[in-house]
Amino acid sequence: MIEIKNVSKWYGSFQVLTDCTTQVGKSEVVVVCGPSGSGKSTLIKCVNALEPFQQGSIVVNGIAVEDPKTDLPKLRAKVGMVFQNFELFPHMTITDNLAIAQIKVLGRGREEAVDKGLKLLDRVGLKNQAAKFPGQLSGGQQQRVAIARALAMDPICMLFDEPTSALDPEMINEVLDVMVQLAQEGMTMMCVTHEMGFARKVANRVIFMDRGAIVEDAAKEDFFGQPRSERAQTFLAKILNH
Amino acid sequence: MNYHWDWMFFFQETDDGLKYYDWILSGLGWTTFVSLASLAVALILGSALGVMRTTPKRWLVGLGDAYVDLFRNVPLIVQLFMWFFVVPELVPEKLGLWMKQDLPYFVIAIVGLGLYTAARIAEQVKAGINSLSRGQRFAGLALGFTEWQTYRYVRLPMAYRIVLPALTSEAMNIFKNSAVTYAVGILELYFQYKQIIEKTSQVLEITIVVTMAYFILAFVMNRILAFVEARTRVPGLIVGQKGGK
Repeated sequence: MIEIKNVSKWYGSFQVLTDCTTQVGKSEVVVVCGPSGSGKSTLIKCVNALEPFQQGSIVVNGIAVEDPKTDLPKLRAKVGMVFQNFELFPHMTITDNLAIAQIKVLGRGREEAVDKGLKLLDRVGLKNQAAKFPGQLSGGQQQRVAIARALAMDPICMLFDEPTSALDPEMINEVLDVMVQLAQEGMTMMCVTHEMGFARKVANRVIFMDRGAIVEDAAKEDFFGQPRSERAQTFLAKILNH
Repeated sequence: MNYHWDWMFFFQETDDGLKYYDWILSGLGWTTFVSLASLAVALILGSALGVMRTTPKRWLVGLGDAYVDLFRNVPLIVQLFMWFFVVPELVPEKLGLWMKQDLPYFVIAIVGLGLYTAARIAEQVKAGINSLSRGQRFAGLALGFTEWQTYRYVRLPMAYRIVLPALTSEAMNIFKNSAVTYAVGILELYFQYKQIIEKTSQVLEITIVVTMAYFILAFVMNRILAFVEARTRVPGLIVGQKGGK
């Protein structure tokens, strides 16, 4: 579904990604972790071309994102993305947040779009918040709306860029629960997260990144059992022992 | 002080058969018309320039920056004289002749005042867009919006809300700046003011009345935009405060 091949990226002379290669198969859940500044957020943003890269190739559902001929809006509409800071549109009601891209990008009628949006809102447990504005919801609620907004586009896969990092601890689980449910329903997911509980529960593979490179790319059991690299061991020890 | 106050002179007949208050009303009409038309020009062009200067396209940014530099660094009255006297001599002869003979003065005044104010609005629109988090653009793009759609549906609606107080100042300024257009022959309020002083020498009365007229124009504009601000306020959001990083 997502094939990342030898991707390198520079900001000027500073290399942020070094020869990254991995893939996410259909219905697979891949968790990407690593210390801050390791390039994991940059890598996931390369997948739907929010960040350009200078070398290598990323193919999503058979389409090369770096190809200048690729219709990026069309491709991105099929790839759901959830951000660290939710990024709901603050001037729109929750209903409009859910409906706008369905209407303007997919060309759905307003009634159909709202109907679909509200169904998904119900699914993330926020049916009665439809008329509110994002600023009136808690962080956890906003992030669940953001997930519903992405799902409303009927994505073929979902990208999560540290979806719980900006949340207060008591709100993390309500978001993770939605993600776990999605994973169990067979959604293809690539998640940048430090939530190792989530990784243990639903991930197929775990990727560990450090200084712009993929250091470890292992099946979940292997990763948590005995990571091969010392850096991954140190990282795991730090985030698990507290 | 032996000043002879005479508030009734406004009702005296002038040489052209009208009364002095008719001159004032006519001036008020022209001031309002020139100001609102210039404001329309400035808002449309200023928004386009402001957007250009935030795009990833370097040549668009350069073009927008150059415009703002040019039009912000030259006094308004000099710009008006440029449009009025210099530009018709620089363009092809036929066009220049048409500008001098057929083009109504007020069109040149509106364009001049509009282009001047557009540079200032471009600056504010740019600031408004840049004050939004980068993630808002990403979120729009990730949903499949084109770059332009992220402006149309995501960034501009918030940017305008954020810079509305600054735009209000600009809209009030345009009424005050429109007084300069008397220099290129627009029979607006300031022109009538000067004319009435020459005819009647009732300087104090007319100054008081014209001061109040300008005050009211700017004040009404202010109240209208304050109303717009209140109507577009986003529940749960303090404008000026950024959401996230």
